[in-house]
Amino acid sequence: MAPPEDKFQAIVDAEDKIEPSDWMPEGYRKTLIRQIAQHAHSEVIGMQPEGNWITRAPSLHRKAILMAKVQDEAGHGLYLYSAAETLGVNRDEMQELLHQGKHKYSSIFNYPTLNWADMGTIGWLVDGAAITNQVMLTRCSYGPYSRAMVRICKEESFHQRQGYELLIRLCQGSPEQKAMAQDSINRWWWPALMMFGPHDSDSPHTEQSMAWKIKRVTNDDLRQQFVDMTVPQANYLGLEIPDPEIQWNEERGHYDFGEIDWDEFWRVVKGNGPMNRERVAHKVKAWEDGAWVREAATVYAEKKRARTAA
Amino acid sequence: MTYEVPIAPGETGEIAETTQLDGEAWPMWEVFVRARRGISHVHIGSLHAADAETALENARDVYTRRGEGVSVWVVPSEEVSAFEPDAAAEYVDANEKVYRLATHYDIPEEVGQM
Repeated sequence: MAPPEDKFQAIVDAEDKIEPSDWMPEGYRKTLIRQIAQHAHSEVIGMQPEGNWITRAPSLHRKAILMAKVQDEAGHGLYLYSAAETLGVNRDEMQELLHQGKHKYSSIFNYPTLNWADMGTIGWLVDGAAITNQVMLTRCSYGPYSRAMVRICKEESFHQRQGYELLIRLCQGSPEQKAMAQDSINRWWWPALMMFGPHDSDSPHTEQSMAWKIKRVTNDDLRQQFVDMTVPQANYLGLEIPDPEIQWNEERGHYDFGEIDWDEFWRVVKGNGPMNRERVAHKVKAWEDGAWVREAATVYAEKKRARTAA
Repeated sequence: MTYEVPIAPGETGEIAETTQLDGEAWPMWEVFVRARRGISHVHIGSLHAADAETALENARDVYTRRGEGVSVWVVPSEEVSAFEPDAAAEYVDANEKVYRLATHYDIPEEVGQM
């Protein structure tokens, strides 16, 4: 019989999916747990920057949209925890590790949402960057992760479109509204580009992840794809991208763009972004404040079981 | 976005997978959704809930926010018994019993569609 490594790699190479009960290399399992847990945490923490504006949405319509979007993020977190659990980890433990600061989440959520236009920019740029990555992840070799991504991508499309439409309205509005939109893109453009991670040359794990088909496209290629897609959208809005080096390169067939501030990038990854402490503290508080609800549900379930048994 | 949080210089890239919990976790439920009348329930994911009633309520909120289902089943995960792919392959080797396949039989063209 072929060694399990060969059989595993043959399934992956054939573009078939690996399912939870299949043999898998320990590194594959660990890489997936790390990535799916961080992805799940990102969705959950990602509710905060937008939740911040629900009570201040300018109309009932926008408030309803924002609430639906935040609810989706909670749902995405749950799909992903559920995918991670197929690898033998426990959701409550993953969450506890997030609370203890032993698990991370995407750095983008460590930036504050300072004006209403940020609700549009997050949908357009942050969810836009997320879609670029998640469309790739629908082709990930691990079945449960890939399936979760298919569901999430369908819903992200609503997120991105509502955000862009919000910005269209602002950009067609008063000069103050347009200035608000410009201020927002000025703050979010670079963090959005950072979402794709370090340069390929600084991503030592990319090669293995690509061989396992967890990752299908490199960080730099995805970032380029995102820039190419986004520049014309910014032009349509009449907003300026805060990068003087943005320019169409006829020869490459892509937009050139400037260099990311990598010092800032690592500072935020290491926990020293503008909102890191506040985000985790808020998450812990929400969990603790909800303790009585969880206890009540457990006690009620026990009581019902006892009655049925009697 | 890349949800892979980059491994900072000096970090190993390993993350903790287990920790001590205060309370006991709720049991897990597998969720099956019938998308519309006329088709079967299909497995769509799982969730945690204290009992079947709240599992159904959570399933509705988590998996059917956009009319994805007309009916939902929840089943305690621990009640599911399964064939693993390797064992299943031993039982169902279609190549050994090709006479079970419609394409095994040659029907003359003049007979028409069969």
